This record gives sequence, C-alpha cells and structure tokens, in this order.
Amino acid sequence: MNREHAGLDRLIFVFAGWLLATAVWAADEAQLEKGRALAFDRNKGNCLSCHMIAGGELPGNGGPPLIQMKARFPDRQVLRDQIWDSSIRNPQTIMPPYGRHQILSEEELDAVTDYIHSL
Amino acid sequence: MIGLRSITLAVLLGTTAVHAGPEEDRQRFREFYQNRLSSIPLEAHVDGAYAMNAGAREQWLEMEEFPPYEFELDEGQELFEASFADGESLASCFPEGGQGVRQGYPYFDEEAGEVVTLELAINRCREAHGEQPLPYLSGDLAKISAYMAYTSRGNVINVPTPQSEAALAAYESGKQFYYSRRGQLNFACSSCHMQNTGLNLRAEILSASLGHTSHWPVYRLKWEELGTLHKRFQECNSQVGAVPLEAQSEAYRNLEYFLTYMSNGLEINGPGTRK
Repeated sequence: MNREHAGLDRLIFVFAGWLLATAVWAADEAQLEKGRALAFDRNKGNCLSCHMIAGGELPGNGGPPLIQMKARFPDRQVLRDQIWDSSIRNPQTIMPPYGRHQILSEEELDAVTDYIHSL
Repeated sequence: MIGLRSITLAVLLGTTAVHAGPEEDRQRFREFYQNRLSSIPLEAHVDGAYAMNAGAREQWLEMEEFPPYEFELDEGQELFEASFADGESLASCFPEGGQGVRQGYPYFDEEAGEVVTLELAINRCREAHGEQPLPYLSGDLAKISAYMAYTSRGNVINVPTPQSEAALAAYESGKQFYYSRRGQLNFACSSCHMQNTGLNLRAEILSASLGHTSHWPVYRLKWEELGTLHKRFQECNSQVGAVPLEAQSEAYRNLEYFLTYMSNGLEINGPGTRK
C-alpha cells in the first residue's frame, strides 16, 4: 500500500467528515432559527405571550419560563406531544392545542419543538 | 319505599336549587376574585387592568383628566336630547327621562321573553318613533350610550335576579358562553379573565371579569373612538380565532346579562378609556 496515498485518503476522509458536520450543524442551526421565529411570531407560536424565553422581550407570565427544557423533557417526543395538545395531560390547561387545532403545521411543530427543547 | 325515595329526591333537588342559583353564582364569583387577587378591593375592578398596576394606573388617570371620549360624550348628549320627527325624544322611552338609569341594564323583559340591553332599548325607542335604528358597534349609538352611562356614574349596578324559567334560561346561556372554550386558540372568556387574571399576556395585564361591564362604552386608543361592549365581544372572539357573532345577537345579550349580573353591587363608571 502506498503510504502517501493512505495519508491523502485520510485527509479526504477528515475533510469530508468536517464538511458533513458543518452541513449538519448548519441544518440544525437553520431548524432552531426557524423554530425560534415561529415561537416568537404573534400569529404562530406566540409562546412569549405566556412564557419567558431567553432573548424574548416583554414575555407574559401565565405559563412557566422555558428553561432547562432537556432536564424537564428528557424525551423530545413528550415535549412535542405537549405542544401538539397539552390538554391531554391537563384538561384545565389554557395552552392552545397547536397541533390538534392546526395552529402550526406538523413541520412547524417539529421546528418549534427542536427550538424549545434547545432552551 | 317509593314515598321515601321521592322525598329523598325532592330534598336533593331542593338542595341543588338552593345552591345553584344566580345569586350563589355571584357570591362565588366575588369570592374567586377576593381569593385570587386579595390585595385588590372588589370594587376597584371596575377599572380593569388599571386596578392591578400602579404605573399603568398613573398613566391612565392622567389620560382621564382630558378624556379622549370628551367630544363624543358631548355629541351623545346632543343626540340624546334631539327631537325625533314626531316631536318626542329618547327621554320619553326611559324611566327617569333616561337620566341615571344605566345600572338597570341589561334586564330580562318577561313579556318579550328576551334580554334587553341599553343599546337595544335605545334603538327600539327610535324605531317606535319612526326613526332608523343606529349601527351597534360605534358612532352615534355608542355616543348616546356613553352619555347615558355618564349620567349614571356612581350608581350601583342592579340587574334584577333572574326568577322566571325564561330569565334563568337566558342567564344560563350567558354563563355557558362565558365558560365555554371557543376558536382556534381554544380559550373561554374565563381562561384569561379568571384562570389567568392578574397575570401578563406579553405586556398586557389580564383584567378581572368582575366589573367588566361597568365602564362601557369605552374609548380604546386602538379604535380611536368610542365602541360598545358588543364590539369588544366581537374583538375578543376574533382574537381567539372564533367567528364573531352579530352585535346584539341573542348569545351576546345573554352573555352581557350574565356578566353584568356578576357585577351587581359595583359602580357604573362609564364611559371609560382603555389602551
């Protein structure tokens, strides 16, 4: 086996890995940014009307602050279900059923869930 | 055995009737706000969110010194005093010549079998004298209503307790509307104004429903004019993603009936100014 060739192979491999990681990171960032925009949008998620979120101005206080979300929701799906229709777990909740009433599309709900889960 | 059973049933029904009347509802409504917002005297809720925040109250009181509804209020008085084509005026249709009577509205008209609001009574008076009814959301009708509220300031809201089956049915329908969730956002009136009252929706404080009807019509800064209570009902319904009903529809009149009855004992302070 050609030593020089192996080194080049390794370099290409590392470079490809870096490219991939950057692409994944960029995609993640784009998804989080999309989720954040939806969460802050008064006509979409409007999460700020009731929840404090870092970086959001004039938040309401009807709901709990959105912090330490991975500790509170280790399972992302549980958080997604909660946003989709929180009245399943708490019939008295005031939180709008974002999925059930199609306030957000399923795709938008994924983006919001990813963003909220990152807080 | 059967006799005993029917006596038990009668006693149970009797008990239910005693505990579930409008007057008991009103007491519980008051207790709710007393417990929930214990630092605010119940009578203060006629000022809505301005009873809950000192800074906002300060600004509001300054605004009320030269109230933005002043001109419309003057026009309301002129309209109230104006003669119809037949020589009569609005005063002829109301007790006390229409001065200081706001606190008795809405009431249940037993003969007609429906809730009569002040705005409806004004338009019916016009029609009885050959005049066209006025639009219900804002404009001349709101101005007249504002003037009639103004002459009633300080009078205590005194909606007669629903007694007849028909009056109770109207009251219950209003109560059901108040507590029912509606619209895409799935909110009931009570979601915001009971469950979350005193808390913030973004920067806005959610007012109590006690006192909600005391200060109408209201000059809302975003409307830039006086508007009626039913205009606000429509706005609330739209905001929660529900289809708003017609102003003065039976459902809205019943809601006003329930809501105003809950505020019996509080003072009329209309017209008011709100953000």
